[in-house]
Amino acid sequence: MIVAEQKPLDEIKGLIAEAEKVLVLGCGTCVTVCFAGGEKEAGILATSLRMASKIDGQPKDVTHTTVQRQCEWEYLDAVADQIREADIVVSVGCGIGVQAVVERFPEVWVVPGLNTSFMGLPTEQGVWEERCAACGSCILGLTGGICPIARCAKQLLNGPCGGSQNGVCEISKELPCAWQLIYDRLKSQNRLHLITQIQPPKDWSKSRDGGPRRITREDLRLAAEASE
Amino acid sequence: MQIVAYSCHYCAYAAADLAGVLRLSYPAAIRIVEVPCTGRLDVLEVLHAFEHGADGVMVAGCLEGDCHFQAGNLNARRRVARVKELITAVGLEPERIEMFNLSSAMGRQFADYAVKMTQQTASLGPSPLRAASGRVSRTGAGGDGLGTRREGSGDVGPSTQKTPAAHQERQR
Ligand code: SF4
Ligand code: SF4
Repeated sequence: MIVAEQKPLDEIKGLIAEAEKVLVLGCGTCVTVCFAGGEKEAGILATSLRMASKIDGQPKDVTHTTVQRQCEWEYLDAVADQIREADIVVSVGCGIGVQAVVERFPEVWVVPGLNTSFMGLPTEQGVWEERCAACGSCILGLTGGICPIARCAKQLLNGPCGGSQNGVCEISKELPCAWQLIYDRLKSQNRLHLITQIQPPKDWSKSRDGGPRRITREDLRLAAEASE
Repeated sequence: MQIVAYSCHYCAYAAADLAGVLRLSYPAAIRIVEVPCTGRLDVLEVLHAFEHGADGVMVAGCLEGDCHFQAGNLNARRRVARVKELITAVGLEPERIEMFNLSSAMGRQFADYAVKMTQQTASLGPSPLRAASGRVSRTGAGGDGLGTRREGSGDVGPSTQKTPAAHQERQR
């Protein structure tokens, strides 16, 4: 899932300072399950903003609503009226959700309520860790299913480096060395030969280095005449 | 002054009852809201209590280790800590909410805690939201903060089965 966390309330207050009628727009997908921008969090943020603006002596009309997925225009259309009626929309979706609202309603003023952090998973209740950096050419098949791009501080393809000490990465005592994890996993699976193969430099053009990416599936596109 | 006392059915609510039976008086500012367990405590609901003018909130659950549902009171303690952070960001004093632990046999303690919370709240003065309360649109505020549950307030998170249309329906 995409993992995010809410911006400090003061920062959000600054973003909406000039608006009167505020809509906090939640998203029912990734940010709901990482407790950053779902129905509950949108409600908490809207309530907090109402209370703060009242205490500051300039009460704002802050409401909230949540759509199933902010990153698909069809879901946004369902709340189009609420979006257009607001002076400002505080999106508590991920950065994609914010931009989806902006693209669908170009005339509307939209600001982010979250900092989108990474793609990861909950390793225990209340703890999320990064797992994938969307590099565009997945090598998990060579690394025992452990990603060195997202989890090794140096994104090494042929690790570990000399900084790996007793299973811990040199950048933090809290961080397991990804390549130690890879070694341990491959060893337990009797596939250590994989780690001895030297990996050539990675094709980073498939990652962000190649500029913004786009995927097109001709078989899924609506026929030109049908969509016109 | 108004202090909302979210009180667990298995201890604090019974203790408050016992305080009454023992003819122990406690401040009239205390408004008891019975909850099935303090683990039911909902951060948003507590915020609504403050939004609608509560000067203080006390959360009273079972003694630690004695929760009828094992760990509800421990969860409540962490949520109280979170509410303290949230109301501080908003501009209220964190001392306006406290967690207390007691058993159903501790009627006197309930009265003592009620007095303590009332004094602590009184020392902070009335909530700035109380004075302003009622002037601002309450649209979208959800429950009344006093224990009622609004349909769709997302207590268990929004249903992932919800279609946008159905969701709209619930928002109305
Ligand atoms: S190798 Fe690339 S695509 Fe695969 S998990 Fe790592 S970052 Fe993601
Ligand atoms: S110690 Fe391990 S995880 Fe850290 S940079 Fe070196 S190889 Fe990568």
